[in-house]
Amino acid sequence: MNVEFLNTLASVVANATPLVIASIGETITERAGVINLSLNGSLIVTAMAGFIAARVISFGVDVDAIDMIASAEAGLIGGVVVAMLVGALVALIIALSSIELRLDQVTVGFILTLLMADLAQFLGQEYTRIPGPVVPKWPVPLLQDLPLLGPVFFQQNVLVYLSYVLVIGLWFWLFRTRPGMAHRAIGERPEAAYARGTNVNRLRYVYVVLGGALVGVAGGAYSLHFKPGLSNPPAMQGDGWIALAIVIFGGWHPFRVVVGAWLFAALRAVSSDIQKNGLAVLGQTIEFNFVLLNGLPWLMLIVTLLLVSSGAIERLLLLLPGPVQRRMRSVLRSDPPRAIGTTFEVD
Amino acid sequence: MDIELRNIHKRFGTVHANNDISVVFPAGRITGILGENGAGKSTLMKILSGYQPADTGDILVDGNASRFSSPEDAIQEGIGMLQQDPLDVGAFTTLENFVYGRPERVLPDWQAARKDLEEASAHLGFDLEAETPVERMSIALRQQLEIVRLLALGVKALILDEPTTGISAEQKQTLFAALQQLAHRDGVIILLVSHKLEDVITLCDKVVVLRDGRRIGEEDMPAPGETDPVTLEKIKSQLVHLMFGQELGPHVRLEVPLDKVVLQLENLNLRDRRLQIENLNLSLRQGEVVGLAGLDNSGQGLTMRAICGLESVSSGRVLLEGEDMTNRSYRSFLHRGVVFGAAGRLEEGLIAGLTLTEHMALVRSGRAVLDWPALESYTSESLKHYDVRGEAEDRIEQLSGGNQQRVLMALLPANPQLLILEQPTRGLDVESARWIWQQLLERREGGTAILFSSAELDELVAYSDRILVFHAGRVHEVSDVASTTIDELGYLIGGEFKQV
Repeated sequence: MNVEFLNTLASVVANATPLVIASIGETITERAGVINLSLNGSLIVTAMAGFIAARVISFGVDVDAIDMIASAEAGLIGGVVVAMLVGALVALIIALSSIELRLDQVTVGFILTLLMADLAQFLGQEYTRIPGPVVPKWPVPLLQDLPLLGPVFFQQNVLVYLSYVLVIGLWFWLFRTRPGMAHRAIGERPEAAYARGTNVNRLRYVYVVLGGALVGVAGGAYSLHFKPGLSNPPAMQGDGWIALAIVIFGGWHPFRVVVGAWLFAALRAVSSDIQKNGLAVLGQTIEFNFVLLNGLPWLMLIVTLLLVSSGAIERLLLLLPGPVQRRMRSVLRSDPPRAIGTTFEVD
Repeated sequence: MDIELRNIHKRFGTVHANNDISVVFPAGRITGILGENGAGKSTLMKILSGYQPADTGDILVDGNASRFSSPEDAIQEGIGMLQQDPLDVGAFTTLENFVYGRPERVLPDWQAARKDLEEASAHLGFDLEAETPVERMSIALRQQLEIVRLLALGVKALILDEPTTGISAEQKQTLFAALQQLAHRDGVIILLVSHKLEDVITLCDKVVVLRDGRRIGEEDMPAPGETDPVTLEKIKSQLVHLMFGQELGPHVRLEVPLDKVVLQLENLNLRDRRLQIENLNLSLRQGEVVGLAGLDNSGQGLTMRAICGLESVSSGRVLLEGEDMTNRSYRSFLHRGVVFGAAGRLEEGLIAGLTLTEHMALVRSGRAVLDWPALESYTSESLKHYDVRGEAEDRIEQLSGGNQQRVLMALLPANPQLLILEQPTRGLDVESARWIWQQLLERREGGTAILFSSAELDELVAYSDRILVFHAGRVHEVSDVASTTIDELGYLIGGEFKQV
């Protein structure tokens, strides 16, 4: 197959990675019955925190320094850990306010998303547009030589591999393990979970914070690799909203979520290609308006969301033979966790 | 295992929900807990199954005092409760629901669990299929699953809260047979919470009656298979006397002269995702009461909604006093005096979060600027008239189910042309249901035609002039209700049209 085409696919997979990690984090949160709407702000603030931490560890606090005082690896690990902690902290605010104070999750999430984005710009000002450590590529031995799959999936960096592990791991957790059943149950019917001896609110804390930590990793992934450094406006502005939409598109199922993220990244690649080279139709090159093209992935997202929520995907299920239907049910089901956004208390 | 409750007290604010209740439940017996709505049955059972703690009093299991702080504790002691709306997870399959809550390892042994499930299901004559998603199962099947699940956890005392609401006659037989087997063969304690006299008389060995939070009395029930109508009637009236402190007079059917035709359906064809109704013809006259019988989702709801413009009509005509109203909006029906009352009181009929006065304002005031003081006093007056236990400024969800239903009656216009009511007495006790019917029949005398659906066969037979039986979209008319027995109606509902 065309090498250029494989390279394009590889870059789609790579560019989708922060979206995959963030959407998987949000899936974990929403499966537990809580919605973390602060994603857009969380990504921006954790990108900021992760980058500054990595930069300071590797180069020291002086923003003009060129000589490294510690290895790039140390900076990167520190950066990801700090981003993760900040993401977990934002999520902890969501958890506390919704579980303890019974505040409306949508309102709190919305306020946080605005607050965090502004906070990131304010705190990150000095570190804008300076170089920092970048996560290096690390092809996987053996797997990288697989035909087709190797160049697309296994000549990437550690963060990309982490996203694969998260997707498969979350699927296995939710649908194959006993604690995973409790995880789903507290988002579907907390009363039933309580009746079976599950501590609903404690588990919700765990999954909200865990989901937030992953959003943090996603934020770090932007500033430490995919959109290295900090800029103003932030390079990943808007991606948090996309991640939220991908969770819905993905029907709260890790496999569909990852497909959604890849699809969106592919659309972006196509639209930026058209932007650069124009669209060749019947030998003629048509130029497009920039603003219009930038809107294209969003438009596609709305259309796909419409398709999903109209139940079109679930109707496809009915065309399949019985046993396949049963196997595919959990993937093709698009209902939100039934208790999402609600509080639970023992009466 | 024996269970004894000693001097149980429970208060909610000023309400003394359980007042010094003491009762013994011996092994291998089916005990009915009977009482009207608000008598304290559910509270007592929630205390026994760990959902709520008692204020004071003891639970003795085999003579040892036990304290439960959660349902899980109670299950550990062998006491499990089947809620009216079974506490399962809709998104799970039958097998997943069965496994969740079992003391399994991180990776459950699905094969062994499946075997347990299938064996337990077969043992009780149930029909559970491991891979079926729970959200696609009927209430009856979900009950079966919950019973099997609780027993598999080692439950030796099973509490069932109103298990016969929303299930068919045939499903009830299956359930009762299984419960009898559990009690009399396996020695399980069965507690049946109910306000339905027929159920407790058919199934129970003994009935404990609660009223106003107190234990009023206890009656032994006849042996199963007792069919002597005189004996049954005597037991019934004793139980009613215990439940209400008074006997209810028999219902007398009033002959109301039927006047001109109000509603006419001509070759109506209806369709929704699940079923299809073809060629429905009906004419309804002033003062006439027509009952719609059938299992849930057999087409009654679709028909009633289509008649008043809430569902679309595929073909055919809906005539209101001769005028073609097919597929007009509900608003225009309402304007012509056609009122629809949905079964889901808080889902469709009333608006949670609004006060009673606000509800009244929605239906009464035609003006843009509301006159609150006037509305408030009007509301208070009608609350008094309809004997609602609640204040004008209360939010609707603070009222009990029976009182919500009374509010719905108060919100109806004074003289509607046609009332279309979906299960108007669902979940109400005998007395409240009678009160509702008294109100409805008063309106009928004023010329209102009534179309209602019900899951209670005796209600249908008692109040309808004619009955339409729905089965999977097919409609069968019973015109001579006076000579129809409840058994015959039961067969029709099950789809056995030939038996009659």
